Amino acid sequence: MKTKMTIRLLAGAVLMLTATAALADTAGPAPKPKGPANFSGFFSPFPFQGGEAIYKGVCQGCHMPDAKGAVGAGAYPALAKDENLETAGYPVSIVLKGQKAMPFFGMQLNDQQIADVVNYVRTHFGNKYRDKVKPEDVKLMR
Amino acid sequence: MTDQPIAPTRRSLLSMIGVVAGSAAMYHAMTELALADTSTFKGPVKLSPPAPGTSVLVLGAGIAGMVAAMELRDAGYKVTVLEYNGRPGGRNWSLYGGDTYTELGGFTQKVQFDAGQYINPGPWRLPYHHQGILHYVNRLGVALEPFTQVNYNAYVHSTEAFGGKPQRYRTVQADFYGQIAELLSKTTKQGALDQAVSKQDRDILLAALKEWGALNAKHEYAKGLEAGERRGYASDPGGGLNSVPIAGKRIEMNDLLQSGLWAAIGAGLAYDMQSTIFQPKGGMGQIGKAFGKALAPLIQYNCKVTEIKQDNKGVKVSYIDSRSGGTPKTATADWCVCTIPASVLSQIPMNVGAPMKAAINQIPYMAALKVGLQMKRRFWEQDEQIYGGVTYTNQPNTMIGYPQWDFFSKGKGVLLGSYCFGTPAYIAAAKPPEERIKDALEYGSKIHPQYKKEYECGVAVAWHRVPWTLGCAGFWTDEGRAAHYNNLCALDGRIVLAGEHASRIPAWQEGAVTSALDAVTRLHKKAMSA
Repeated sequence: MKTKMTIRLLAGAVLMLTATAALADTAGPAPKPKGPANFSGFFSPFPFQGGEAIYKGVCQGCHMPDAKGAVGAGAYPALAKDENLETAGYPVSIVLKGQKAMPFFGMQLNDQQIADVVNYVRTHFGNKYRDKVKPEDVKLMR
Repeated sequence: MTDQPIAPTRRSLLSMIGVVAGSAAMYHAMTELALADTSTFKGPVKLSPPAPGTSVLVLGAGIAGMVAAMELRDAGYKVTVLEYNGRPGGRNWSLYGGDTYTELGGFTQKVQFDAGQYINPGPWRLPYHHQGILHYVNRLGVALEPFTQVNYNAYVHSTEAFGGKPQRYRTVQADFYGQIAELLSKTTKQGALDQAVSKQDRDILLAALKEWGALNAKHEYAKGLEAGERRGYASDPGGGLNSVPIAGKRIEMNDLLQSGLWAAIGAGLAYDMQSTIFQPKGGMGQIGKAFGKALAPLIQYNCKVTEIKQDNKGVKVSYIDSRSGGTPKTATADWCVCTIPASVLSQIPMNVGAPMKAAINQIPYMAALKVGLQMKRRFWEQDEQIYGGVTYTNQPNTMIGYPQWDFFSKGKGVLLGSYCFGTPAYIAAAKPPEERIKDALEYGSKIHPQYKKEYECGVAVAWHRVPWTLGCAGFWTDEGRAAHYNNLCALDGRIVLAGEHASRIPAWQEGAVTSALDAVTRLHKKAMSA
């Protein structure tokens, strides 16, 4: 299936993408670009390792530092004490593929990163789900 | 799962890289984009008078909502607009000194800019072929001024190239084009292109390459006056004695290729970026303000929509005060034009059919960041002769935009210190505003060392923290669009959606305008036959 992302949006992002040599390798850490500079970073990998660093570096932008979400005209759901997290596959799927307003992050986060951040959220903020997601589980869901 | 966007597969991603990855492929991609780009605006719509008393509820007083409201009102509909914010415009928005902006999470920024200074957190450009939005700009009497996209004297910059020293756009483009022309000339002369170019055309091609690349008589891109006419000189020609121009040294092709800076000289080639581009005098938000004034009696502000219900008689919308909550009120009408962003609308109960529902649930919103930085003096003009335009960098701030007005003013100026999308914009949204500003200052000072001394105050808008959009613009994949776009735009009973997300010019105001005009035209047709 041929896909072009709708990347021409935001005026200027488009042609800059021609240099986005370092797109996330979904199977592992992306190779560091040699030479050509990354001029847009639209889909460049998140440079955080470990669940806490990924949560604080990315997720808390919407779900907030206390994971209680936020409400405006629409809302960002709380992840604190969240019963929807009981089945680990659910948050993995949402992070990978998005849902409604939630963007998909499967291109910017590798299997390990997604496993780590899901494990972090499922064991913090009042969540006590002890079963761990492994990178292999994430890979299967891509 | 119907409410998941169709994320690209790894294979499709690779195919995407294939499309955008080479300079040869670039033109192909651009051609395709240009076709996708063309505005469908064919002049203002003329709706015939509806049955007396026919009413329409418009949800959202952004550009789409206000275009819809204006055309429907002019036709004779009884129009009410419900808006979440306390001002008109939506993403058409400028921040001025004295303004206060509170984002999700509670950070409140009080803008400290001087009078006359501003940034546009949302759209900032009006391409000449976006005749729909330009029509309303003119109708409303909003004054425009030119927006320079490509400034040949601005910089292209990579921390990984030329010791991190920014290069002038002018020299990089001239040297890149020149050496490509030289290379292609050699190849042509060697007969390597004989399959592709007829003997007759060979000499013409050589002449064309000579002109395009500023080559000398030997078809070389050499140190000399031909090249100097494009890239500038080490010392410019002048009058009187000691006025002989001295040619500069070209940047060698290998260094250019390795630098990646070739990727930063293409923006102005895109259809949306080609001269002439405009901006409203005094900020993009002037358009929203003018619309709001023209439609003042119709708009109710501070209304947060909580439910949208329709039956075969009409539409009923519940809403609460967006500041204080309280008991829901209701508004009713025969028809509804809903311009609420899909990110928000996907969370509002609305009884439409499964196809429209699935389409609304299909559109996450993109990440973007804009940071405005007020500087005590316009050092980019005074020290570096940069008047307007954009510098591109490989750092996370991606762009530095120079103010496009008040050139040569001895006063202050506000730089757009960061305009990034995707990954760096998500990362910025996860930080407090003051850290976003600090980052922009850090990145910018690598290009303009004057930053640290001249900086006064700033404001940072990370679009995923904007309470009324949850992102900056609808993010369609091609598969998602193929499966759901028509269902998003189609009338569902008495409800039609409009906005940039219901257009093929996403993130541009022209998308909002043409979407709204198409939506009201179809709604009107149905209302007339009802």
